[in-house]
Parts: sequence; structure tokens; C-alpha cells
Amino acid sequence: MDFGFILSSALGELFSPTTAAYALAALGLAVHFGYSGLLNFGQAGFMAVGAYGFAISTLTFDAPFFLALIISILCSVIFAFILGIPTLRLRADYLAIVTIAAAEIVRYVVTTNQLTSVTGSANGLAAFENTFYAMNPFPEGSYMGMNNRDFFIRVVGWGLVIVCCVLVWLLMRSPWGRVLKGIREDENAVRSLGKNVYAYKMQALVIGGVLGALAGMIFTLPRGAVQPSNYGTELTFFLWTCLLLGGMATVLGPVIGAMIFWVVLSLTQSLLYGLIESGAVTWLTTVQAGQLRYILVGVALMLLMIFRPQGVFGNKKELAFA
Amino acid sequence: MSETNQNNTENIDYMTDSRPIAVGENTPGCKKRDPIVVAEDVTRSFGGINAVDVEYLEIPRHKITALIGPNGAGKTTLFNLLTGFDTPNTGKWQFEGSSLAGVSSYKVARMGMVRTFQLTKVMGKLTVMENMRLGAADQPGERLSKALFKGMWGGREKEITAQANVLLEKFKLDAKKDDYAASLSGGQRKLLEMARSLMVKPKLVMLDEPMAGVNPALTQSLLDHIKNLKAEGMTVLFVEHDMNMVRHIADWVVVMAEGKVVAEGPPGEVMKNPAVIDAYLGAHHDVDLGDAEGIKVLEAELEADEESVVGTEDAGILSEIVETKKEDGQ
Repeated sequence: MDFGFILSSALGELFSPTTAAYALAALGLAVHFGYSGLLNFGQAGFMAVGAYGFAISTLTFDAPFFLALIISILCSVIFAFILGIPTLRLRADYLAIVTIAAAEIVRYVVTTNQLTSVTGSANGLAAFENTFYAMNPFPEGSYMGMNNRDFFIRVVGWGLVIVCCVLVWLLMRSPWGRVLKGIREDENAVRSLGKNVYAYKMQALVIGGVLGALAGMIFTLPRGAVQPSNYGTELTFFLWTCLLLGGMATVLGPVIGAMIFWVVLSLTQSLLYGLIESGAVTWLTTVQAGQLRYILVGVALMLLMIFRPQGVFGNKKELAFA
Repeated sequence: MSETNQNNTENIDYMTDSRPIAVGENTPGCKKRDPIVVAEDVTRSFGGINAVDVEYLEIPRHKITALIGPNGAGKTTLFNLLTGFDTPNTGKWQFEGSSLAGVSSYKVARMGMVRTFQLTKVMGKLTVMENMRLGAADQPGERLSKALFKGMWGGREKEITAQANVLLEKFKLDAKKDDYAASLSGGQRKLLEMARSLMVKPKLVMLDEPMAGVNPALTQSLLDHIKNLKAEGMTVLFVEHDMNMVRHIADWVVVMAEGKVVAEGPPGEVMKNPAVIDAYLGAHHDVDLGDAEGIKVLEAELEADEESVVGTEDAGILSEIVETKKEDGQ
């Protein structure tokens, strides 16, 4: 087994654009659940709305990059309103049901054959990333072993993660964030103090949703393709895993959680493949090993919940399960 | 002339103001000299049961009004209806002259009518100080558009913190201010909730069983705080089962039973009302069993009571208990 290769590919995952996308989307979930108590099980839907919003406005309407970006953000805002208006007056569980259903609806709508000319149906859309790479300021060459395109998307993706983290941190230390945390604890008490709980919940839903849409774009740009199968419910639950790993009501938690998630996946995959190829493990095929990784992630999550339920960064006293 | 009149009204010491509260007789639903809340024909039924059916009720301004009644009388439901947490089936109700029909609960609170809850609601995963700050009104930083810029809300935050410190000290929670509210005891949570509601600077404070679970020494100081609220120009409406407390601080008592207002009046008068004694207080309510004198009084009362076995041959073990208590007291 080539341990050097295993380690370098695991470290590569640490700063991959996909990890950045997961971090952003999980940060959105932290705004939703960690700070506001909104149970959003449809973050994949927000990511899909962001990705398709960008791809469709670029391909169908020939929009320049920033216009496509704004359209995609607007779409996620509208999506948040559609989800929030009927459910935010109700208990948290209703939002959970509606979001998980809405995310699936989005996925099925873009898969519909009737819309093939716009959404590309199950094959998805491709070749919409040129407006993005056209802005690449880095000339061709090797940057830390990456070509200029890979380097550019990493810089943009992680730059966006840092900016969003700072923004969320600023928001959550403000009195606005305090009201949100109060709503998470007991919305009737906050209401009795004269705060418009509904408006605050809506604002939180929109902010977390926009983070999800940005994540959707960062997720699709390096792939050069957006496919409905990427935005299934399992994506949402991977994001929840990242959030729980890192710590729910924290800013850095989702980011570190996403890094841990991908590094663990990469390490276990390389190790298992290495063991199988070297003949040390004969009772497992490489396909099975691919599935086993997720079982291991599940086990890791269970252990974490038992021994460090607040996540890596969370404050035990602020534990939402207590 | 009109100026002096105004000055007069402002100079009134609400603590010692002894002008009559009601206009005319103290009957259920009587008019008040200066009402802050007026409810008319307010009804609320839950599946055929009339939880609240109040024909007419006025809450006097700058007074402490107690709302008493047996369990299930509709006291808390009336609280919910008045504060917008629940909507009546029929009726009109107004606060300081403006109708509250269809006004959502947070707007009611902003108008100056702030309540606490029977089942205490503190934000367990916020510190005591943050709980207090949350209560404050007019914090520009609570708007999303200004939240990012500390310069726009930092000043107000300092004022709020100072205000909170004063209140926490009064309620003996200042040592706990950096602890999570979840670490407080049940009684301390009651105190925190009350202090937090005062952060809103309300005109009318509605306390739902403020003394439940608070130790006797603290009860005494809390009673003083509640009395002082009146001095600061606030109106207090509270639900309480502790009759000693009601007797000590209430200026006016409203008795509810089965959703209706059955009696109203100053505490001394209401507690002698036979209907109230039957429905709620019980015959020996004015005896304080906490001290030896009370036991003696109760014993004397029971002996005089024809229905009681005390003092007759059937007393059995009861008389011994009374005897031992008497000895302990001496």
C-alpha cells in the first residue's frame, strides 16, 4: 500500500471544491437548525435550486455570470418563501416534512421529460461553467500541483466559505442572532417579549437557503455538469452529518465537519482498496468497500453522538439535545 | 387650570392612592374609575366546553389586581386571550382604548402588555444576561439590516445591559448572570422570567402564578418588588393560589369560576363573600397553618363548627395531632 498516496489524496479532499460546497450548505443548516431551531431536511433542494438556477439562466437565457448568480440566489429566496409561508407558523416538525418533500419535488421536476429542453432531464445540463472560468485571473501553469482552473475554483469556493462564515458569525453575535437563539429555545416566550417570531424565522430560512444555493453552485461548477441524481435526500443527510460532526450552533463546526466527513471517506476508501488489492482482505470486493465507507461514517457519527454529542466544536452546555 | 390638573394626576403616589377603584358597587363586571383593560362578552370554548365566558371585565390602572379561582376556572385561558396567544370565539377587548381584536401577540407585547407563563419559559441555552437582554425593546441590532454593524447597536446594548444589571440585582440573580438559564432552579427561573418581562418596560404586567415554587424568604422580597412596580406606574394583573400573597399585595381581586367572573372587589371584602368561600377558598382559608397561633385558631374554629368532629368524642387521632402541635408551639 502506498501510504503517501493515501495521505495526499485525503489531504486533497480537505480543500476540494466539493468540501467547500458541503461546508457552505452545512453552514446554512447551522443557521437553520443550530441557531433558529428550524428543522430543514431539504437543504439538497436549496442546492439544486441554486445549481439549476445558475445553469438554466446561463444556457437558456445566455445570462452573464453575475446575472446568473443573482437569478440563482433569487430563486432560492423564492423557494424559501414558498416553504416558509405555510409552515413557519406551525410547529417545527411540519417544516421538516415540507422541506424533505419540496426537495424531492424539485428533483422530480427537473427530471421530467417534458422539460428536457430546459433542464436536460435525467442527464442534466453541462457546459455552463465557461462564463465562470472566463474570469479566471490566474494564467495557465501549476499552482501547488493544480492547474489554473482547479486552483481558481478552490480560491473562489473557500473564499466564499470564509466570507460567509464571517457574515454568519457577525449576525449571530448581534441582537438579531440573540432573538434567533431565543426562538430556538422557546418561540412563545420570545413572542411575549414583543418580537415578530415569524419574520425572524423567515429571515433565517432565507439566509440558510441562500447559503445552500451558493453551495449548489460551488458544487456544480468544477464538475461542469448538474445532474438531478446528485441532489437526492442522501445529500441532505450527508450535510446533516457534517453539521453534527462539527457542532450545530457554531460557525466553524460545519466547515470542520465537512472536512472531517470527506477526509474520513477518502481515508477509509483508500485504506480498504489498498487492503483488498494487497490481498489482505479477501472477503470484500471494491464495490462493497465503497458502501462500507458510509457504514463507517455512520458508526463514527453514532460514537460521536454517544461520547461527544455537542460535536467537535460545540459547547456542551449549549447542547440542543439536552 | 388644566395644567395644574395634569400635574395633580402625575403627582399621585400610586402606592398610597386610596380613591375607590370601582365606580359604584363592587359587583362582578363593575365599571372602574380608570380601566386599562376592558373585556366585553369574551368567550372561548374548547369543543363544547366554555373555558372562558366573561360578560364584562375591567382591570383598574395603576393597581395590583389578583385573578383567583379554582383549577380549570379559565384564568390562564383569559390571559392567553387578552395577550393574543389565543383568539376568542366572540367578544371585544381593548387595552388603553385600542381594540386588540386580531392583533398578534408580539404586537400586544409592544403596546405594553407583557405576560409571563405558568410553565416558566426561559431560554435554557442562553445565559441569564442574554435572557434579560432579549427582553429589551428598541434594540436596532435586532433588525437584520443593522445587525452586521456593531456601531449601530453597541450603544443601546450598553444601556440594556445596565438596565438588566439593576433588575438582576433586585431579583437576586446578579451572581448567576453568566450562567446558562438551564442551570437555574425552578424558582430562580420564575424570577428570571419576571425580571425579563420587566425589561420590556411594560405598562401592564401579567404574571401567571409568580410565586409557585419560590421559597418563603424570597416570596417576601418579591412581594415588595411587585408592590414597587405600582410605584413605578405599572399595572399588575396576576394569577395566584397563595391567598396570603393575594391578601398582602392585591388592591383588587377578581374571582373566576367555570369561565365566568363570579365576584370582584377589594381582597378583604371578596374573601368574606360566601360564594367565593364555597367555590374556592374553603371555610378555613384565613387561618395560617404555618404558626402555632394558627393551629389554635383552627382548633377553636373547628370545635365551634358543627360539621367538624374536632372537640367531639369521634375526634380520635385528630385531637392528638392538634394537641401535639399545640405543645410544640409552646
